Amino acid sequence: MPDMASSQALDTFPRLLIQHAQVRASKPAMREKDLGIWQCWTWGDVAEEVRALACGLAEMGFQRGENLAIVGENRPRMYMMMTAAQCLGGVPVPLYQDAVASEMLFALLDAEIRFVFVENQEQVDKLLEIQDQLPQLEHVLYDDPRGMRHYTQPFIHDIRELMAMGRIHNRNHPDLLSTEVAAGRSDDVSVMLYTSGTTGKPKGVCLTHHAFISAAQGGADFDRLTADEDILSYLPMAWVGDHLFSFAQAMVTGFTINCPESAETVMTDLREIGPSYYFAPPRVFENLLTQVMIRMEDASVIKQKMFQYFMAVARRSGAQILDGQPVSFADRLLYALGKVCVFGPLRNVLGMSRIRVAYTAGAAIGPDLFRFYRSIGINLKQLYGQTETCAYVCLQPDGQIKFDSVGKPAPGVEVKIADNGEILVKGPMLLKEYYKRPDATAEAINADGYFMTGDAGIFDDDGHLKIIDRAKDVGKLANGAMYAPNYIENKLKFFPYIKEAVVFGDRREMVCAFINIDIGAVGNWAERRGLAYSGYTDLAAKPEVYGLIQECIEQVNGELVGEGTLADSQIHRFLILHKELDPDDDELTRTRKVRRNFVAEKYSVLIDALYNGRERQFIETAVKFEDGRQGRVAADLVISDPKTFAVAGRIS
Amino acid sequence: MSRQSGEIILDLKNVSLSFGGVKALTDISFDVREHEIRAIIGPNGAGKSSMLNVINGVYRPQKGEIILRGQHFSRMNPYKAARAGISRTFQNIALFKGMNVIDNLMTGRNLKIRSNLIQQAFWWGAARREELLHRAKVEEVIDFLEIQHIRKTPVGRLPYGLQKRVDLGRALAMEPSILLLDEPMAGMNVEEKQDMCRFILDVNDQFGTTIVLIEHDMAVVMDISDRVVVLDYGRKIGDGDPDAVRANPEVISAYLGASH
Repeated sequence: MPDMASSQALDTFPRLLIQHAQVRASKPAMREKDLGIWQCWTWGDVAEEVRALACGLAEMGFQRGENLAIVGENRPRMYMMMTAAQCLGGVPVPLYQDAVASEMLFALLDAEIRFVFVENQEQVDKLLEIQDQLPQLEHVLYDDPRGMRHYTQPFIHDIRELMAMGRIHNRNHPDLLSTEVAAGRSDDVSVMLYTSGTTGKPKGVCLTHHAFISAAQGGADFDRLTADEDILSYLPMAWVGDHLFSFAQAMVTGFTINCPESAETVMTDLREIGPSYYFAPPRVFENLLTQVMIRMEDASVIKQKMFQYFMAVARRSGAQILDGQPVSFADRLLYALGKVCVFGPLRNVLGMSRIRVAYTAGAAIGPDLFRFYRSIGINLKQLYGQTETCAYVCLQPDGQIKFDSVGKPAPGVEVKIADNGEILVKGPMLLKEYYKRPDATAEAINADGYFMTGDAGIFDDDGHLKIIDRAKDVGKLANGAMYAPNYIENKLKFFPYIKEAVVFGDRREMVCAFINIDIGAVGNWAERRGLAYSGYTDLAAKPEVYGLIQECIEQVNGELVGEGTLADSQIHRFLILHKELDPDDDELTRTRKVRRNFVAEKYSVLIDALYNGRERQFIETAVKFEDGRQGRVAADLVISDPKTFAVAGRIS
Repeated sequence: MSRQSGEIILDLKNVSLSFGGVKALTDISFDVREHEIRAIIGPNGAGKSSMLNVINGVYRPQKGEIILRGQHFSRMNPYKAARAGISRTFQNIALFKGMNVIDNLMTGRNLKIRSNLIQQAFWWGAARREELLHRAKVEEVIDFLEIQHIRKTPVGRLPYGLQKRVDLGRALAMEPSILLLDEPMAGMNVEEKQDMCRFILDVNDQFGTTIVLIEHDMAVVMDISDRVVVLDYGRKIGDGDPDAVRANPEVISAYLGASH
């Protein structure tokens, strides 16, 4: 689109695209592997195709302010369609492509969708399944013509038809698109992303051009991203993370996005592309590591020994070398040798040879996992954000990585902690509103303009934010100190010996815990010590096992004492339950989350015993066996008092 | 299912085959129309695989003849069959286990390669151009069967269901006009069977390929085939569309069992 006036501020995505088409017209913007060969679209090609798409939409009557649903895996044309809709002042609404039809129905109705752009026959079939419940749906456009030969419905169109129509339209109305793009404002909504809706109905989060461009620009400056980065776009397009990394940042910096051939080929494609910038949720990193470990098991003895030796070197000094901290000369030398023999080839196999910056977000990442990647020299960092904040709140700065924090507030973002521990954020990246839900918008943004994240957190001494719990679960101890049960329980559950932990302390003077041992790990430990046991109840009552768990708890207490307001949450007393918490007995949900209140009520005798200072307590509980029979388990439980640590500067 | 079946493309007349004293096929006649999916069913040892082997010339029947597109063959051989556009898959997958998927599929293009061994060894000039062309065809098959992720995996390392798909891929790489499938779904789980059904229907639909298939799974056969031949002890006991075959009392007693 060379005829656009470039004097306009680059404050909407269509204008950014026009800028790139002028400045780097022949540089690669998108790649996709097709028939085994990476096909490339330059910024010039992208601008031309977006123009055809947008004009085609205009010809079909797509209106300013209207929503356009996009359903499919990451394909160049899917991304182009987003910009095409934005050119006309419309709002792309990417939906999860793996959702079943009935799940898609809500969003399609809520967003009053007339136009849907889908990837392939599979998605078309889903729409046809719910078509009679979608009175507003008028046009279904598809990208991949495979299997579409027999679909004769007049409202189903091949995207190539639309583009051909668009090209003709463009010849007849050459100024239309320039006018439309010029009419766009930076505080127009640029995209609508639906929240997952685990609690209640999904909500459409409306984010403006300004919000996403600010977030993308802030992140790009923070990590010094250039137009030469390569990124693999393989995460769901409906996820805010993909929209930020694969769409907004590519548009802002002009780097190249690469679309994998299919969901199954991601590993191979990753290796071929060798991205320099990478984003993945923790489970992806975990799967990669598992694959490496499995393959190491099958490797020759020499390779295994080398791997083990150099991984020990890496654990000792790898992360420090990456962070630029002092490391002994001998270790540096060993690490360099390890790089040649193990880390380099390993990174190559993982497709991470060229990675300069990698991020993970979306869930807590285990410390071992995080350290593994950093120790082999991959600059893996964490970030924190929500759909409502363009996934842009906190970032870990290079060289200041702590595995248990999510880093410092990102440039331009203001973060503060409310009295109840809730994290509040403010900045240009905040949502404009929830679509058609003023009530929800008012609930989420307070009078001072802060977005209430619903997460509870604390700042450590270096100004790094640490996420500890969901705000609604956070309580207070009797002395007013913050009490975050999930945070403490997660710390306990990081030990392989502890399967479940339930802590109590809300409005009480101290924190006490119920522990479930992991029968596999503790059983193994017992066997190695020649400790005989008959079953769970017997093993759980062994004094040696109590000693083992007590060590774990004292270690947690040692960590908590150094964590400011959480020092008062040290565990003063605990007992090991005589039975495993079980969904069949309603103690856990089916997804294996503890039902805290139910457990507290069922075992109130034990809680009383913990807080009344008793040494032991008899309990008998009804249990359901797997075959449906009822039975009873009785035990005389010992209560143990682990060591706690005095808080510095306070007389205890 | 309404597919447009065309002219008779393959006609078998009074075919008899015996191995020494064992009569594998006795006086069997049936025809195959263009673009149809033709199933051959029957209990174990009924002569189904022998029938396929007769069609593509592995076995030579003692009696009878094969008429392929109006051309009479009393002696078919596999080379002639392949030249005439017949390709097949095998009941016990017959791939090169040590070679990767691409190379296995490339063997399916062998018949169409014109350049000689020396040219190919140097991968130069016409040989290079030709190989690129064939590789592009192979990539289309890979795309069609959705096996991109295993392109470079040695076939021996693949699970059974995928090996079956690669076997089909090699047959497709020949761009056959008639495809013989010998129990394409044997040993598969329900999901793999569904996938395979989908692919068979897609091949038939998109390329207009005529398909002759042997299958044990009755649900599959009745679902996807246009016409069914039923064999028992080397004799033809039924022939017709799925509903007619289902209703045929002789077929019921011989094969489908008392449950019908």
